Amino acid sequence: MTAPLVALSNITRSFGDVRACDGITLSLERGRIHALLGENGAGKSTLVKIIYGLLRADSGSLAWDGRPMTVHGPAEARALGIGMVFQHFNLFESMTVLQNISLAVDSAGDMTRLRNRVRAVSATYGLPLEADRHVHTLSAGERQRIEIIRCLLQDPQLLILDEPTSVLTPQEADRLFGTLRQLRDEGRAILYISHKLEEVRALCEHATILRGGRVVSRCDPRSETAASLAERMIGHRPVPARRRAAGGDGERIRVAGLSVRAADRFGVTLSDVSLAVRRGEILGIAGIAGNGQGELMAALSGEAPCDPGAVLFDSQPVGGLGPAGRRARGAVFAPEERYGHAAVTSMTLAENLFLTAARRLRLTRFGLMRRAETGAAAERVIAAFDVRTTGTGAAASSLSGGNLQKFIVGREIAQDPEIMVVAQPTWGVDAGAAGIIRKALRDRADRGTAVLVISQDLDEIFEICDRIAVIAGGRLSEIREIDRISVEEVGLLMGRSHPGQTGSGLTDAVD
Amino acid sequence: MLSIEARGEPSRLWTALSPAIAIGLTLCFGAALFALAGRDPVHALYVLFIQPLTDLYGLTELLVKATPLILIATGLSIGFRANVWNIGAEGQLTVGAIAGGGVAITFHESGSALLLPLVLCAGIAGGMAWAAIPALLRTRFNANEILTSLMLTYVATLLLGFLVHGPWRDPEGYNFPESRMFPDAATLPYLVDDSRLHAGLVFALLAVAGGWVLMGRSVVGFQLRVSGQSPAAARYAGFSTTRLVWFALLLSGGLAGLAGISEASGTIGQLLPKISPGYGFTAIIVAFLGRLHPVGIIPAGLLIALSYIGGELAQIELGVPASVTGIFQGVLLFFLLGCDLLTQHRVRLSGFRTG
Repeated sequence: MTAPLVALSNITRSFGDVRACDGITLSLERGRIHALLGENGAGKSTLVKIIYGLLRADSGSLAWDGRPMTVHGPAEARALGIGMVFQHFNLFESMTVLQNISLAVDSAGDMTRLRNRVRAVSATYGLPLEADRHVHTLSAGERQRIEIIRCLLQDPQLLILDEPTSVLTPQEADRLFGTLRQLRDEGRAILYISHKLEEVRALCEHATILRGGRVVSRCDPRSETAASLAERMIGHRPVPARRRAAGGDGERIRVAGLSVRAADRFGVTLSDVSLAVRRGEILGIAGIAGNGQGELMAALSGEAPCDPGAVLFDSQPVGGLGPAGRRARGAVFAPEERYGHAAVTSMTLAENLFLTAARRLRLTRFGLMRRAETGAAAERVIAAFDVRTTGTGAAASSLSGGNLQKFIVGREIAQDPEIMVVAQPTWGVDAGAAGIIRKALRDRADRGTAVLVISQDLDEIFEICDRIAVIAGGRLSEIREIDRISVEEVGLLMGRSHPGQTGSGLTDAVD
Repeated sequence: MLSIEARGEPSRLWTALSPAIAIGLTLCFGAALFALAGRDPVHALYVLFIQPLTDLYGLTELLVKATPLILIATGLSIGFRANVWNIGAEGQLTVGAIAGGGVAITFHESGSALLLPLVLCAGIAGGMAWAAIPALLRTRFNANEILTSLMLTYVATLLLGFLVHGPWRDPEGYNFPESRMFPDAATLPYLVDDSRLHAGLVFALLAVAGGWVLMGRSVVGFQLRVSGQSPAAARYAGFSTTRLVWFALLLSGGLAGLAGISEASGTIGQLLPKISPGYGFTAIIVAFLGRLHPVGIIPAGLLIALSYIGGELAQIELGVPASVTGIFQGVLLFFLLGCDLLTQHRVRLSGFRTG
């Protein structure tokens, strides 16, 4: 048997204290479509960046065709025969298809020859593309074809695709699969990164599943069910016994048939999202990043106002209000991105407290900031949430992600909210800080606040939430009691590419 | 190979050092320029930057020229910190002078003590009205305020030209394109005898103090800073971008209008086809040289004012064209922006790989 095209052995790469890749061994064979599966943060992107020369491994070795390989950057990777199609395209909108290709191809040559080569590749692989169209007139699928043709002009031996169908319609995706199978049959290796289980089952012969930076499973996805893949991806988790929502039944948050069109090509359209959160309970919204969480958060916080009647707080329509109007009704919000969204990095902690708490904590007088009161309030948050910092005058950027997140959650809780919406409350936060934040959210709910938590972390949702729903492709599943749903079911709902109905056919998502 | 990479956060050291280094580089460049032109560089720099400070008249003239620069730069810096780029202060200055001057000319026979306040208010209102146009276009149609405010400058200058050549020309002025002189009741009082130093300087200092309180202590100033540093955080906190854009443009326009009417009423005493040697544009340099901070703007305004006076002296003493002023100001901004690169980036020597 010949050597695999690419052999990775014991690849480890850390960012600070986090091991993004932890001893990953992987080989890619010619003539195979190989899936790399995993939740967000499992280490997929880091691994691919190492192969493509964008990152270097701390330790471990890479071999290309049996010989040790070192790539110092994408140009060297391309010269070796590695092509990569990124999730987000890198195209000049105002230029034509051909001009874009000529800019990216290392050996463009003269335009007539390039045009002929593009035409040939386009015909051979069923990638119809008009060379003289301007990119801004093209659909996402057509743009992706430009990227693929760019790669194929270099005659790559290995083609890497990062979540290629996330921007495609189902028809475009089918077409892409045809092209990929043809490339496979020519003897090329393809590394296909995805978390869409049906796709992987339909397309790939081999799958490597990552969790927490480690390889947890290698399998042939064709002989697995979507449910068994989901289980491997998410893992067996002991579900803590949870009591059901203790609070009363007063409904504080209601979202009724919320539909929001995607703001741009990379956004997600929310379709008919409905939910309700009662006082004293935590509703968890699970889902893999980029399935509409950002859009839902913006609609809830008022950063993207919607239909007045689509969002109700305490039975009052607030959909047309901005963030300030909703805060005035007792709601607080903590978005996912801490640096530059939930906090201004260059400003001090005291100023960052003032950012959202000024009104509810009465920190202004005659249009001026009450600096002493602001500092004291920030001091209280720092003490209550054990924020490790030099003081209220420290810049937000000087705090670690976990400490800043404790401060942000503390800042919102300090406002004694009746409604609280938090996105990814402990994403990238160390275990100690995560415990403090989760306890604080639970305490808040126990005191009667309606809490909505959007999270990718299933452990977290199962730990603190009373009820759960899953968002996928901009649609929300029905809401289930947390003790009436298994982790596997949640994983399956998360992995659906086109979730329609829920509750039936869970184990048989692929025809 | 030299490579430039972004710093995680701006370097405080470089933020403070950058103006000093830029000034030093500008002086070196100036010395080289004079040497090439066959003049003694040391003497030339003395004439430009030291000689104006050697007598009382020179010092008062320095303050006369620094007054509009500081007034305008204070307003501009507040907008710049909120990412509102008012480049048309020269136009707002001009319309301020037109509006205030129009009141002064209309009531040229009045001796009322209320005339001067009325003239000043009209000047401020004129500047604000001119800045309201880019504000409306930006907030309603998302038109870039850099372009609209800049282009309106030329409209304003032509309007002033039309007025002093036509309807507002002094009937006893031998057909010169000038308005009649403002009445005493519409003239700013002088602060120093036998000089042109007028009360506009007081306005400038008040503006600096007000700007300091506004940006450092007030809620509006806080919102302006947040929206400049993190637009996403400003949206999240619920600050209205529309309101902040209006505020920043009206404030900077009003201060430019005040600078314009102070020039017309204090320094000149009438309307001329050209009432400013480009203070509205030069104030942009002053704002950046002063690190967009009200207190930094005072020394920056004085330095740039010095380049105006030095340029006039150099014309007389060295026989070089007046454009030497513009060269110095332009080169200074060039070096300042170059040095500012180092506050956000670091330069690294590379060419060999590690690891």
